[in-house]
Amino acid sequence: MTLPVHLRHDETFVLNLGPQHPATHGVLRVKLTMDGEYIVKAEPVLGYIHRMHEKLAEAGTYPQFMPNTARMDYLHALAFNHGYALAVEKAAGIEVPERAEYIRVITVELNRIASHLLWWAAFLLDLGGFTPLLYAFDDREQIIDLLERVTGSRLTYCYMRFGGVYNDIDDEFITGTRDFITRLRSRMPRMYHDLVTHNIILIKRIKDIGFISEEQCRRYGATGPVARGSGINYDVRKNEPYSVYQEFDFDVPVYSECDSMARYMVRMDEIEQSLRIIEQALDKLPDGPVMAKKVPKILKPGLGYHYSAVETARGSLGHMLVCNGDKNPYKLKLRSPTFSNLSLYGEVAEGMLLADALAFMGSLDLVIPEIDR
Amino acid sequence: MSVIESVKAAIEKVVPFSETVIPADPAGEGEEQQPDQVVHSAGAKEVDFAKTGCSLDVLCTAEQILDVAHALDGEQLFIESIAGVDWPKEDQIEVVYTFSHFQDSDVRVMVRLRVPRSEPKVPTISKVFSGADWHERETYDFYGVEFTDHPNLIRILLPEDADFYPLRKDYMP
Amino acid sequence: MDTSIWRPILYLIGIMVFAGLNAAYLGWCERKGAGRIQRRTGPMEAGYEGLLQPLADGIKLLTKQLLVPSGADGILFRVAPVLAMIPAITSLVVIPFSENIQARAMELSVLLLFAIASIAMMAVLLGGWASGNKYSVISAARAVSQNLAYEIPMLLTVICIVMISGSMNLRDIAMDQQGGFWHWNIFRLDNFHFLYMWVAFIIFFICSIAETNRAPFDMAEAESELVAGFMTEYSSMGFGLFMMGEYLNIVVGACLTTTLFLGGWDCPFGMFPGVWWFIIKIYILIFTFIWIRWTYPRTQIYKLLNLSWKILIPFSLVNVLLTAFFIKVF
Repeated sequence: MTLPVHLRHDETFVLNLGPQHPATHGVLRVKLTMDGEYIVKAEPVLGYIHRMHEKLAEAGTYPQFMPNTARMDYLHALAFNHGYALAVEKAAGIEVPERAEYIRVITVELNRIASHLLWWAAFLLDLGGFTPLLYAFDDREQIIDLLERVTGSRLTYCYMRFGGVYNDIDDEFITGTRDFITRLRSRMPRMYHDLVTHNIILIKRIKDIGFISEEQCRRYGATGPVARGSGINYDVRKNEPYSVYQEFDFDVPVYSECDSMARYMVRMDEIEQSLRIIEQALDKLPDGPVMAKKVPKILKPGLGYHYSAVETARGSLGHMLVCNGDKNPYKLKLRSPTFSNLSLYGEVAEGMLLADALAFMGSLDLVIPEIDR
Repeated sequence: MSVIESVKAAIEKVVPFSETVIPADPAGEGEEQQPDQVVHSAGAKEVDFAKTGCSLDVLCTAEQILDVAHALDGEQLFIESIAGVDWPKEDQIEVVYTFSHFQDSDVRVMVRLRVPRSEPKVPTISKVFSGADWHERETYDFYGVEFTDHPNLIRILLPEDADFYPLRKDYMP
Repeated sequence: MDTSIWRPILYLIGIMVFAGLNAAYLGWCERKGAGRIQRRTGPMEAGYEGLLQPLADGIKLLTKQLLVPSGADGILFRVAPVLAMIPAITSLVVIPFSENIQARAMELSVLLLFAIASIAMMAVLLGGWASGNKYSVISAARAVSQNLAYEIPMLLTVICIVMISGSMNLRDIAMDQQGGFWHWNIFRLDNFHFLYMWVAFIIFFICSIAETNRAPFDMAEAESELVAGFMTEYSSMGFGLFMMGEYLNIVVGACLTTTLFLGGWDCPFGMFPGVWWFIIKIYILIFTFIWIRWTYPRTQIYKLLNLSWKILIPFSLVNVLLTAFFIKVF
């Protein structure tokens, strides 16, 4: 976006957006150099909730790190559980029973819907619409109740184990999930699309705002809905099928408008695709154990570098595990999707108006603890 | 030609492929340490994607990394992450770059290079991949790897007045 | 004793009570309304259906400290909240609630009302500027540009009304519309004014939302962009006065819309006119304000200005021409 007016660089001022600001959803700080309401330079400053999870991983054994994974992306915690479990299982060569993988997929997808719903709510809140927040929380509450029933916690799950999951699902969970699918499908058209998606004010606010080109996505390594909103058909679930995702028939929504509206639509469509996956997984759910037999108490995965990627609600999450045969990970690198997604903020926000820049920031779906780790 | 083939060809121009030169597994605490076996020279090889999550494992020198990055940029790969690994026994710090591809599945290139611990200097690739900017800052933050020519090499996650590199193995909080 | 002394005093008390109750209880109405729209109950704890909530809020605000930031202009910072209240209360003086209930029937009451209403914008400007906060300054600049932009179409539509009624006295304008809804300016049958006056009504209503800084046009507050805009640094009753001023401005806006377009105290069916019709009409309008606020997301400041300069002003100019044409021809 080019600036519509000639900027006087000697007449700028610095605006500190955050770390305590309603629109940054946490403790992100953006140093904005402004000319009036136009942004000359935007520089995100990170680290306000940095906890050094990578060091914590080295300090403990492999299972000890599992609870930490949920503390990063608290909105899609189960995907972080899943990613870490997959990485260690890959390194240690643990076979996971099929039923456990199905349960993992069901819970992760439920969690993904919850994450997208919360994003939707918070995004609308950024744009000044308060009512959608309550509607989305109503639906999200159903998911959280379901997940609480099976995982035991509501937000920061520690549900997966190396070799399976901690708890089997029961009939009540299955019927509850099916009811939820019907409920959300009946509410989506009226309460989500008619009220918000087709709202002219929303469309004018986010259409053609926050243009991220395909090339920018590639240079910055943006993944997830940000990349898919820029016309890149990249979804780790399809590109590098992990777990049992290849068993399901689902589409990857791709929009090539590259603007905030495209990212919005990608996420809204993904909710429907996740519902489809859950439905199929519930239909196909095999019987059997949910935990592999003979998983050693102390894991000592083989030597080497192991990279494992999963698709979270925000993009490709990578775990790079360097094992040296010890009971602790020698090195665990967490490639968090929003870290890369946010890194293009400075380039894209240049020349935007303040309100547009905040709408654009909302469309990136930032979860600050995941960026800062 | 599939993506992986052309990526291989592009890398081959910079780093020769071989089957033997790379220590595939890092020599760790439990291993018998034989310093003369550690290969500092460059080499690349194909690895099993299902097992390691990567399809190409490239070991290069710090001087070659820019050429490798240009080669991968030409093949339309995107940068996934940059990580550091500390090897105090060898007195080295390893920088691990991972690149992946948007269209083709199962293409992930892991580029590794080692620099001495006392003077960890690596040329920046943030001119090629803009996203590397923050990843390099993070690696600098945690390991003290100095990325030469980096436009803004300051602390990113730790406080700006931190005077330690917490992910180095000898760091004790 | 001469009644002429008691009349102003009674009206003063009446207006103060009306203003005070509205300022306090519109907050409650807003929260209840928002609650219903969002499928929850709203305040329930303090008193029956949370009716004592405004009292609790008031006590809370009164007992808090009014912090003045060190970089702020102390005098203007304290004056601004008062300035937010004064014009709203003063405006109520000239509002005709019914044929007989009006504090002062001035000949130029329309003019006076708009002159006073501009002071409310001054309060936002001063409050924002005096805070010494960058967000507040942006907010103040926004508020001024917004109010400037929206006063023009608002006044142009009022000119239509003045032309039709031939008076700038609010009471005369209301008297002119008596006798059923087909006499109201919005649906006026004579001279075929209904053909375009509904457009004027919509323009006026949009402008009054913008003038009172209500969502979706709450550019000056814009809590997700500017934290709280001009109110960022205000605490205690400074904040409370701004809030009350906002609600009173809504009341004044609704009163004005009712008087100018909806026949004032006239019954829609031409029977039993009286103050209750006026009250019913203004609260329906206020409810619409609340309803709009909790339904729509906020718009963008430049889109807001575009709406005014590119759409509302041309339309209201055409309206003025049409009014003149219809009055002249028929």
